[in-house]
Amino acid sequence: MVPSKSLKIVVCIKQVPAVPDMKIDPATHTLVREGVPSILNPWDKIGVEEGIRLREKYGGEVTVITMGPPQAKEAVLECLAMGADKGIILSDSTFAGADTIATAYTLSMQIKKMIYDIIICGRLAMDAETGHVGPHLAELLGIPQICYVKRVDVDIDRERVIAHREVEEGVEIVEAPLPVLLTVMKGLNEPRLPTLKGVIGSRRKEIRVINSSELGGDMSKYGLKGSPTSMKKVFPPPLRKPKMILQGDPKEVVESLVQVLLREK
Amino acid sequence: MSEDTIKEITDFSGYKGVWVFAEQRDERLKNVGLELLSVGRRLADKLREELVAVLLGHKVEELADELSAYGADKVILVENELLKRYTVDAYVKALAELSLKYKPSILLIGGTLKGRELAPRLAARLGTGITSDCTDFDIDEEGYLVQIKPFGKLMAEILCRTRPQMATAKPNIFKKLEQDRSRKAAVIREEVKISPEEIHTKVIKVIEVTNNPYENIENAERIVAGGRGLGSKENFKLIYELADVVGAAVAGTRSVVDRGWLSANQQVGQSGKTVAPKLYIAVGISGGAYHTVGMQNSEVIVAINKDPNAPILQMATYGVVGDLFKIVPLLIEKLKRIQR
Ligand SMILES: Cc1cc2nc3c(=O)[nH]c(=O)nc-3n(C[C@H](O)[C@H](O)[C@H](O)COP(=O)(O)OP(=O)(O)OC[C@H]3O[C@@H](n4cnc5c(N)ncnc54)[C@H](O)[C@@H]3O)c2cc1C
Repeated sequence: MVPSKSLKIVVCIKQVPAVPDMKIDPATHTLVREGVPSILNPWDKIGVEEGIRLREKYGGEVTVITMGPPQAKEAVLECLAMGADKGIILSDSTFAGADTIATAYTLSMQIKKMIYDIIICGRLAMDAETGHVGPHLAELLGIPQICYVKRVDVDIDRERVIAHREVEEGVEIVEAPLPVLLTVMKGLNEPRLPTLKGVIGSRRKEIRVINSSELGGDMSKYGLKGSPTSMKKVFPPPLRKPKMILQGDPKEVVESLVQVLLREK
Repeated sequence: MSEDTIKEITDFSGYKGVWVFAEQRDERLKNVGLELLSVGRRLADKLREELVAVLLGHKVEELADELSAYGADKVILVENELLKRYTVDAYVKALAELSLKYKPSILLIGGTLKGRELAPRLAARLGTGITSDCTDFDIDEEGYLVQIKPFGKLMAEILCRTRPQMATAKPNIFKKLEQDRSRKAAVIREEVKISPEEIHTKVIKVIEVTNNPYENIENAERIVAGGRGLGSKENFKLIYELADVVGAAVAGTRSVVDRGWLSANQQVGQSGKTVAPKLYIAVGISGGAYHTVGMQNSEVIVAINKDPNAPILQMATYGVVGDLFKIVPLLIEKLKRIQR
């Protein structure tokens, strides 16, 4: 049967530092990224995989979009090599220093110009772990959201998504009309590795780089200036003074540890 | 960046009060709301403003007493059949309408999964900023909310130049106040019009899961936690064995959850759960700030690490410097012998 409709899918991705415990520049309050390799945020990779699987099932097109510096092209190429069709990079010094609200505004300005049925975001990005951009974006686009998705089915005739999502008490099965925004969890799928053919093919796929003047919109809502929140200062975490350090012969150490623990009770 | 770029000259005099969203499910309050009332109380007193709990549901009026006993000056209550069960659409609508009407200065939301999807959508609707998973709050000289959370190897203070100043904080970060049943908050009933068509994401069914007792780390009195120092998933049997002898739940760091050595609901820290057990035994864990914010309120912390400079040893009540593969088996053996 030929599906009555194919799916236009947009996956929002982010390139993040590969290392969890980043140094911070005390003057600018920014992460010191020099010498630290970057990777595609693992949750976003799951999003890209799900987008490709939905396209394979229902037909359509997968576009990945990111706001970031020019180097973000590496992450976009990785998605194209996996099988996404097109890439868009929103890149401009005006966008720098954006908090989650300004980031979502920037993404929304581009996505509003596109035709879409499903938008997929990672549940979080590994570097800051706010998980805010997905819900912000759904609100700015005025579409429903389904967060923490662990399974997706599309009822293409009724133009609805049925998803399993994680909540504290277990799994919620929910339904929402297209267009819809999903944030995806680990466990939804096992992302494929790009094949050699995919890598070669990715070089011929379209990547558009869009700056602020092409994007248009309200310039005061971009980047640092458009961010309601900002960092005032950074300081070292408070230390609890250790009461006791035990070292030396393991047998004796364990003996003393058990003694003190029994006294604590 | 200088502070003047953060704080524009904007008149916030119309925005008053500290609000706490009191999440309930099946007509029972979640602890995190009561915990936020405690820090909310401190902030409201410092500002000399009111502490307001916002309660949404159906037939939940009785819960207002509990909210006042835990510190609220006022409870704003919205009862509606369509609020009985949480949906992001109905809850965002209700909270947005209330915020637009009353203009709170601060709005705190518990960092449950529901809170963490509801809060950012609400912030975008209100056109305000939001900070996730704060670990502490304060009020600065100018009356701004200082939002504190880990950032890289350090802690950061974040300010918001729009109102309300919104933030989420995870369960178990703050301690509830002693309850005082003599306190009586004023209950203000509000109506919010919601139609079923406005609820776009509809819940069809909930499949409840019963928790594996090892994984019930938020309520455990004792926890044995393992880090990357264990080296493999198989080696976690040492951790489970130690947990069995001390009667503990099993937790770990993000590094081990990412590797699939433990399940995601066993992760302690910034992006996992916050725990405050009587005893926390950290084995092969370095003690990065993103981990320690999730366990620093534990009463007794034992850390076993072979690196004498590991930060976890700086904060432990009892720091053991040594090879976990030697220490832990001896410890298990010794404890078993005592119990016999
Ligand atoms: C935004 C963000 C959020 C994060 N959220 C979390 C979170 O929620 N929870 C979390 O835990 N982390 C989180 N992290 C990661 C965190 O910063 C650390 O990287 C992580 O906690 C380190 O895990 P670990 O201690 O298991 O591993 P490591 O840092 O690699 O430490 C392993 C330790 O084991 C010791 N060791 C090795 N072998 C032995 C042995 N034989 N005997 C004894 N000791 C041994 C080593 O000395 C070392 O100290 C987050 C990071 C970011 C950027």
